[in-house]
Amino acid sequence: MKKVLAKAYLYLLLAMLYAPLLFIAIFSFTESRVLGNWTGFSTKLYVNLFSGGMNGGSSLLAAVENTLLIALISAAFATLLGTVAAIGIYNLKGRKKAAMQFLNNIPMINPDIITGVSLFLLFVFLHVSQGYATVVLAHITFCTPYVVLSVMPRLAQMNPNIYEAALDLGATPAQALRKVLIPELRPGMISGFILAFTMSLDDFAVTFFTRGTIGLETLSTYIYADARKGGLTPELRPLMTIIFLIVLILLVVMNMRREKMNKTN
Amino acid sequence: MIKRSYWSLPYLIFMVMFVVLPLILIAVYAFQDGSGHFTLANITRFFTDSDSLQTFALSIEIAIENTLICILLGYPAAWILANRKLNRSAVTVMLFIMPMWINALMRTLATAELFNMLGFTLGKGTLLFGMVYDYIPFMIYPIYNILMKMDNSYAEAAEDLGATPWKVFWKITVPLSMPGVMSGVLMVFMPTVSTFAISEFLTNNKIKLFGTIIQENINSSMWNYGAALAFIMLLIIGITSLFGDNKETQAEGGLI
Repeated sequence: MKKVLAKAYLYLLLAMLYAPLLFIAIFSFTESRVLGNWTGFSTKLYVNLFSGGMNGGSSLLAAVENTLLIALISAAFATLLGTVAAIGIYNLKGRKKAAMQFLNNIPMINPDIITGVSLFLLFVFLHVSQGYATVVLAHITFCTPYVVLSVMPRLAQMNPNIYEAALDLGATPAQALRKVLIPELRPGMISGFILAFTMSLDDFAVTFFTRGTIGLETLSTYIYADARKGGLTPELRPLMTIIFLIVLILLVVMNMRREKMNKTN
Repeated sequence: MIKRSYWSLPYLIFMVMFVVLPLILIAVYAFQDGSGHFTLANITRFFTDSDSLQTFALSIEIAIENTLICILLGYPAAWILANRKLNRSAVTVMLFIMPMWINALMRTLATAELFNMLGFTLGKGTLLFGMVYDYIPFMIYPIYNILMKMDNSYAEAAEDLGATPWKVFWKITVPLSMPGVMSGVLMVFMPTVSTFAISEFLTNNKIKLFGTIIQENINSSMWNYGAALAFIMLLIIGITSLFGDNKETQAEGGLI
């Protein structure tokens, strides 16, 4: 009885969480431009989305492209900067270490709007014209702390002697770095990269404040502008459905990978 | 060979440039007028403008209500998920966490559209529902995490000594899971106060929250007043983060 009640509660909550997503997914398979109006099964919106043949031109696909590109570049830079930083912070001691860790926490505690407004003021203050580059810089800023936090545990688990051993056996520091240190840190770097990538994909507020007025749109700002205009671009429905599916598949794959790793350990 | 602790230097420079300096700039702009002279006018304007104060009070009220509902609905869910007798499925856990990975704007828009189709008037009710919908995974996950890590021997000892299940729950499980609840509160409360797009979507722009007025001021080039509002928000963050353990904030980090 208790078990049935518990299950019922979980499924009720899940139904609440997924109802809007299902609703969008169902109505992505009809042609009607008004959401909630079923005019028969059709895949026209999907065709429109990929051929770019829709009212707003190909701006939606361009926004998706911008979003992915910004996320990729930001995550790559954040992974590089964060990994180097993690090695440095790990080797710091006492107050300096605590100070760096505190600094690293700030962007994670700050709400997006504070990060966005503060960076906006920085670029205004420095008279930097805002656009692609400022958005990427802003994304690196809030993504890097997650990389640092993903790499640090790997450093703690690592045997500190193997790096020295490589040097003693005649490896140059560069060789020891490439052949010993990086392979040891790789799992942390990969999780850091994935985290940074999804953080960047999810972002709205920071992009909104740092993109300037050159008309740069990411998926989030596109959706925001679209909703403010009132009429939701119908092609967003298939796009959202595809994104839900990709996230679902990615999470399943990642969970399976983790279970496998847990078993081998 | 250079000392390896120096490897933190590039990051230090980067953080000073892009985190510390911008935060200082918020304070600088907050205490300046349009021509760069020191003034307290922006701060006093906030405290004397009834519109701003009302918006601020409403934001705090909604954030508290949202946080409480998230705890009330989320705690039992996290408890059931973490209980091996009631739930053994990792997939169910994943389904609860998955919404955290989907763009919040997209989820909110879907919710608002569903409300529209069902014929609900967008207002405070829909705003609260949508907020709970958006943020409950962020409450469930840290609580679930801490319940999973919890040492069962305390509860077993209490049981052996004759405590009823109800007593075990209130005297052992709840106090031990408080850090999880606290990080959940951190991840729900502040974002609720600061959000702007979400409240605009869910109320058709009828209800303004604190984040919205910051955004409006910055976007209409009233940087100084916008900065003053952001500065006030910064102070609140400082106060609320004193209550929580920051190390638990990275709930998403544990996922991979």
